Amino acid sequence: MPLPPAPQEHGQGSVASLVDVLERVLDKGVVIAGDIKINLLDVELLTIKLRLLVASVDRAREMGIDWWEHDPSLSSAARRRDLAEENERLRARIAAIEGTTPARVATETAVAAGRSGSSALGAEGVPPGGRERG
Amino acid sequence: MSGGRPRAGGRVSYLYAVLPRPAGDRLPRPLTGLADAPVHLVGHGRLAAAVSALPADDHDEQALRAHLEDLDRLTAMARAHHRVVERLSALGPVLPFRLATVYLDDARVRAVLRASADDFAEALTRLDGRVELGVKVFALGGPPEGAPAPAPPPAPGASAAPGSGAAYLARRRAERRLREETWQRAARLAGRLDDELRPLAEAGRALRPQRAEPAGAAGVAGENVWNHAYLLRAERTEAFTALVRALAAGEDGLRVEVTGPWAPYSFAAPPEPGGVPS
Repeated sequence: MPLPPAPQEHGQGSVASLVDVLERVLDKGVVIAGDIKINLLDVELLTIKLRLLVASVDRAREMGIDWWEHDPSLSSAARRRDLAEENERLRARIAAIEGTTPARVATETAVAAGRSGSSALGAEGVPPGGRERG
Repeated sequence: MSGGRPRAGGRVSYLYAVLPRPAGDRLPRPLTGLADAPVHLVGHGRLAAAVSALPADDHDEQALRAHLEDLDRLTAMARAHHRVVERLSALGPVLPFRLATVYLDDARVRAVLRASADDFAEALTRLDGRVELGVKVFALGGPPEGAPAPAPPPAPGASAAPGSGAAYLARRRAERRLREETWQRAARLAGRLDDELRPLAEAGRALRPQRAEPAGAAGVAGENVWNHAYLLRAERTEAFTALVRALAAGEDGLRVEVTGPWAPYSFAAPPEPGGVPS
């Protein structure tokens, strides 16, 4: 098998892979709230947003920033959000077809979205059992 | 002063890292960070913060948020932030801060140093002379997607002609079995690595597995099964790497990657309660 490359020296102009750099500067390091409120939220949310913004998934993959993609907590969060949105759309359509009051529909979907949102973002995005090893 | 707003046209203070205060609050060599802005030191007691004054208009909440969601801007920010941390770590221990930690001015940065002086000093002592190394195990799960599959050996007992449905299914089964075996071996190798590397390290920490590789490595990159960071004395780097290499030798279908030495990003924050063992 290919041998792991020798570690590179500090400050030798070595270029660390972008994914390794992002992993560290976004997700690790000291976290103290600044005056300018940049909620990096959880990095997960940021990267989900990034993914939505990246026109081509291939490009994200090229840049090595789709490491959230298969994360169970992340993809489930994304899935739940998608479901909530789809749910909302469908309810709106049904409301339009059946002529029910849109206000009631809106309340219901807000509740549903709120519930899925809170449960989805609790974890730090670490796969179950993959956190600290003793 | 949370909720404070930068003055339009003014400057804000972007904080990269905290380090032991050098004489005269000066860096030995000029250093630039985000937006090519010079990095200066803000001192308090025995600590210093590495800071750049950046245009407030471009670094208020809204602007920063937009930058972070722009891949090219994010990349540039992350690289610049990391470069400053790297350069500083050549001087001695550093506490890297998370990307986009921004204060209204240097006085506010000094207040942060004052408020957390004991924690920062303790962490800098703990991290002095230490580096972080990353170790990743990848499973090379069959041919890369989209590539023509190599012609499989005929399955034993398969009477069907190649190209038939039965041959296809047999091939799929064989591929799946191989992938599963590779994953199991990857997990076993990861366990061995952790067992053997721990004694060389002062702390270890699981990171989220990465799901892709940068361009160029595609095809041989494989899937990241295991991703760990270790904190160790800098002088053990070579022994650590050699051990990884020895343990990884002869593992067909697996790839092991060592990254670093890094500034101790993953160990800068105090250990969580019941968290990182040392």
